Amino acid sequence: MTTTTPGRPHPMQGDLDGPARVDLYRTMVLIRTFEEAIRRDYYADKGPGFDIGKGLVPGEMHLAAGQEPVAAGVCAHLTTDDAVTATHRPHHFAIAHGMDLRTMAAEIFGRETGLGHGRGGHMHLFDPSTHFSCSGIIAEGFPPALGQAFAFQRQGTGRVAVAVTGEGAANQGAFHESLNLAALWKLPVVFVVEDNDWGISVPRSASTSVHSNATRGVSYGIPAERIRDNDVEAVHLAASQAVARARAGEGPTLLEVHTLRLWGHFEGDAQGYRGDLDDVPARDPLPAYRATLGAAGLLDDAAAQRIADEASTRVEDAVTFAKESPLPDPAEAGAYVFA
Amino acid sequence: MTIIEEPVDTAPHSSHRLTTSKAMVEGIEIEMARDPSVIYLGEDVGAYGGIFSSTAGLLDRFGPGRVIDTPISETAFIGLGIGAAVEGMRPIVELMFADFMGVCLDQIYNHMAKIHYESGGHVTVPMVLTTAVGGGYSDGAQHSQCLWGTFAHLPGMKVVVPSNPYDAKGLMISAIRDDNPVVYMFHKGVMGLPWMVKNPRATADVPEGEYTVPIGEAKVVRHGSDVTVVTLSLSVHHTLDVAETLAADGIDVEVIDLRSLVPLDRETILRSVGKTGHLVVVDEDYLSFGLSGEIAATVTDVDPGMLRAPVARVANPDTPIPYAHPLEYAVLPRQDRIEAAIRRTVSR
Repeated sequence: MTTTTPGRPHPMQGDLDGPARVDLYRTMVLIRTFEEAIRRDYYADKGPGFDIGKGLVPGEMHLAAGQEPVAAGVCAHLTTDDAVTATHRPHHFAIAHGMDLRTMAAEIFGRETGLGHGRGGHMHLFDPSTHFSCSGIIAEGFPPALGQAFAFQRQGTGRVAVAVTGEGAANQGAFHESLNLAALWKLPVVFVVEDNDWGISVPRSASTSVHSNATRGVSYGIPAERIRDNDVEAVHLAASQAVARARAGEGPTLLEVHTLRLWGHFEGDAQGYRGDLDDVPARDPLPAYRATLGAAGLLDDAAAQRIADEASTRVEDAVTFAKESPLPDPAEAGAYVFA
Repeated sequence: MTIIEEPVDTAPHSSHRLTTSKAMVEGIEIEMARDPSVIYLGEDVGAYGGIFSSTAGLLDRFGPGRVIDTPISETAFIGLGIGAAVEGMRPIVELMFADFMGVCLDQIYNHMAKIHYESGGHVTVPMVLTTAVGGGYSDGAQHSQCLWGTFAHLPGMKVVVPSNPYDAKGLMISAIRDDNPVVYMFHKGVMGLPWMVKNPRATADVPEGEYTVPIGEAKVVRHGSDVTVVTLSLSVHHTLDVAETLAADGIDVEVIDLRSLVPLDRETILRSVGKTGHLVVVDEDYLSFGLSGEIAATVTDVDPGMLRAPVARVANPDTPIPYAHPLEYAVLPRQDRIEAAIRRTVSR
């Protein structure tokens, strides 16, 4: 079994060998472990009652549990020279793309040692070393991703940009402007729509005129595919073709993955609007993939435990680093407005 | 009483007469020739040369790979400029009219202006956003606004507003070389366009070769002792016209061309008002919650006692810009309103 870390190059082909499949699982476990740790510390000191602005981790917190297959499957094809632009729910893509967990956690905890020295927060993670960025504004992360792809295209070195958004964002103007421009200029972009069924409390059926956002690719001459299951290997296969097209200079691809929002829109969301809650635990992709790998003889209990322990060690190291880091100096709130 | 000439800040150059638009283009051309990462993107910037001649001739010299016509998708192509800047390019991106900010403001103020801050200084966005502003030619309420107060209000972007050929070129070179996003706002009425009423000062001698005008430095374009008029863009020229008229009546007007709004050169304003004790602000943008109030506060925050009369503000009286000529001229800060405000102020 190899010990590939997220962000390292993987083989371009879609057919996965055993070690690569276990690597996908390892990435998913690392993401889930991170999200569980943030969730734990988010609620640790919000009381009495629930004060969103209080505590070790203040503010809105959008966690990506359940959506690990999308990030793991896509980012397996990338190196840290490729760009990823994620959404208000960015942790899974940041981790799968190889972001340093310590500076990432420190930013989420609002510390001086964080990626943005505490100026950004969890929706605004910018990491030049992995060309990772995100935007808290729905669909508006797409246009800057086009610009990264534009710069890569001119370099002619085969680098690609991945632009991620949710299914609700496919009804925004920025989404459609970006698809047109990317197709027109054959930019090396892979558009990834994470369809988790819910735009906060509004179900997809109440927001979107088409059954699959992949059909919208036709409008722009962009090859598109909807991956019906929250299956990391299906995502991996589709992304392998999409990334290869982009690297070969053949232009953008649109992928939509029907994934799962395992928890609320944000932490503290009671999800009273959600009729599917009872079914959610059974749809968790993590135990399902573990069972798949177990049945294939690739992952026994001891190996799974090792992966879990390794993830826990890395995440707790990052969280400890964050908690032990200083808070930013209030006198320096105005630093970094300008270069 | 003399119009002060800006000293050329590099080796002596020979000069040539240029319109503001040609001087702006010359600045872009110099930087594009010097730095291959500089490109120009926007609507009708290629074969047309920019609706207000902001890119005339650039396509012929640099080709369609660097002077690039875009679809009418401001959100997409301004955002594209941002991402390209993040990856080390120096894009100049044109928003054809500042009035069109409504279709793309998110990219401007939530992305272009904030990424450096949110990243704790780790990511820079060295991009220039050029845009045409201003009225006076009956283009109506959606194609005549200045809106520089809105851009300047939102933190994270520098804002420059040249009023003449020399500054247009020098500020453009400075803007391209700046590691911050710079919004470069050019008034159609100062560009020297053959198809619009020409301001006589829209053509002037401009040094050949490269020089910079520092961002954040206002310029005293006319020295005087009785009253300070702080203004910018086309209103500088109207104010200079008025100053000549008033000189005959013994009123000695000092005129400050702000040139940059962000950063704002408060020192030059304070020094002048400290001398004259009278302040008039002339601003083609809307009156309330904007630049004219900011200039007044610049003085009162430091020492209201330096004012011997209340501050007078000549601006658009919070009215959408009308179409019909007499209505439009009624809301714009034209010479008549500027003159009346100065006379009122110095008489108090």
